[in-house]
Amino acid sequence: MNLVFSWGWLPRLSQGLLLTVELTLLSMALGAALGLILAMLRVYGRGPLLPLYLVASAYVHFFRGTPLLVQVMAFYYGLPSVGVQLSPFVAGLLALTLNTAAYQAEYFRGAIQSVRVGQMQAALALGLSRLQALRYVVLPQALRLVIPPWTNELIYMVKGSAVVYLIGVLELMGQAKNIAARTFRNFEVYVVVALFYLALIFVLTVALRAVERRIRVPGLGAPSRA
Amino acid sequence: MLLRVEDLHKRYGKEAVIQGVSFSLDQGETKVIIGPSGTGKSTLLRCINRLTEPDRGRIWLEDLEITSFKVNLNHIRAKIGFVFQDFNLFTHLTALDNVRLGLLRVKRMSRKAATERALAELARVGLADKAKAYPAELSGGQQQRVSIARALAMDPKLILFDEPTSALDPELIGEVLSVMENLAKSGMTMLVVTHEMGFARSVADEILFMEKGVIVEQGPPDQLFRSPKHPRTAEFLRRITDLYGGER
Repeated sequence: MNLVFSWGWLPRLSQGLLLTVELTLLSMALGAALGLILAMLRVYGRGPLLPLYLVASAYVHFFRGTPLLVQVMAFYYGLPSVGVQLSPFVAGLLALTLNTAAYQAEYFRGAIQSVRVGQMQAALALGLSRLQALRYVVLPQALRLVIPPWTNELIYMVKGSAVVYLIGVLELMGQAKNIAARTFRNFEVYVVVALFYLALIFVLTVALRAVERRIRVPGLGAPSRA
Repeated sequence: MLLRVEDLHKRYGKEAVIQGVSFSLDQGETKVIIGPSGTGKSTLLRCINRLTEPDRGRIWLEDLEITSFKVNLNHIRAKIGFVFQDFNLFTHLTALDNVRLGLLRVKRMSRKAATERALAELARVGLADKAKAYPAELSGGQQQRVSIARALAMDPKLILFDEPTSALDPELIGEVLSVMENLAKSGMTMLVVTHEMGFARSVADEILFMEKGVIVEQGPPDQLFRSPKHPRTAEFLRRITDLYGGER
């Protein structure tokens, strides 16, 4: 077998990598903001906010219950029929964001619910409002607990973002597809691309582990030794 | 009168937990509520700062009606300290930050003033050297003392204690009780639910014996312990003495 690699692929692949990083980090950040709101509605919304609770629940079920690929296609090819034409990047980013928000909402919900009820009660008993109790007591604990599943979601989204090549976004996968089509070096190109993904995920994982260690507090989450 | 509770009722589903409780508390008084488990003692305390909503009845703190729907709940709660059975210290905060949180976010004190006050309260419960420790690094007795400091820092008009030593190992109970005893002596108004009969006897101005959602008997500790008027009080005191081996 004769393998041929070329340094000439690197500029394009680097551009692609950059776009993958952009798509992933943007959709994760926006998805975290939306996911947090959804999670709080799902946990605390059953009283007077019942309509919002129902909307949040329906949202989560819908976006977790349909394939990401279908969502991407719908935003890019479907929306023009109701008069909204998005660029491939925006359509892709929107689909990724709305999708990950649903998953993140569930991770956040789990974390919020694993903060013991007494914490909220002690905060209220001090005279903090419900929102203050969330802001200063419940969320600081929940966000620490959520880091491991959130890392999982981040890894999934790095790879999941590859589907937007199908609507013409030239992220890592899109660039690879183009190079492979031009050079017919399918195997070599995809091996290189796989290594790019692997390296990116390695860096992100290490970074989040560092964050987790930095903000760890004794008695919260997994003990540092077994 | 500092606190007045009038004909309080609370039921959970079919079970009537509190069935018409009335009593009052004067400035500087310590009253202790005793009684078997599941007779509504904790529920009663929680109704007083409205962590639990009573179904019926009225409660006043001085001339402010706590049970009025117009009242600002956060405002009321800031004036009433609450010490929980399982401490409920904020897990992610150091002892200092636990005591400081209410000062900063509810009383809106400056950081410097809040820190000074919090350190003073920690010193008062004998834990000045543990300011930087997280709850998980403290013993149960130390955690409960921090939680008392957290309540004290808010300058409450009264403090409610919900079985403050029930979750503690026997050898740690003493340190918490002695902090509470000093508080009572210093003139703090306190309402305490406890099974510690020794504490009740030596510190309380009055004992309320509660069973099945009502106050069966109340009176000064000497009278209530020596010559209970109601057979159920006598029966309870006999059982608790068997269980806890008399006074400490």
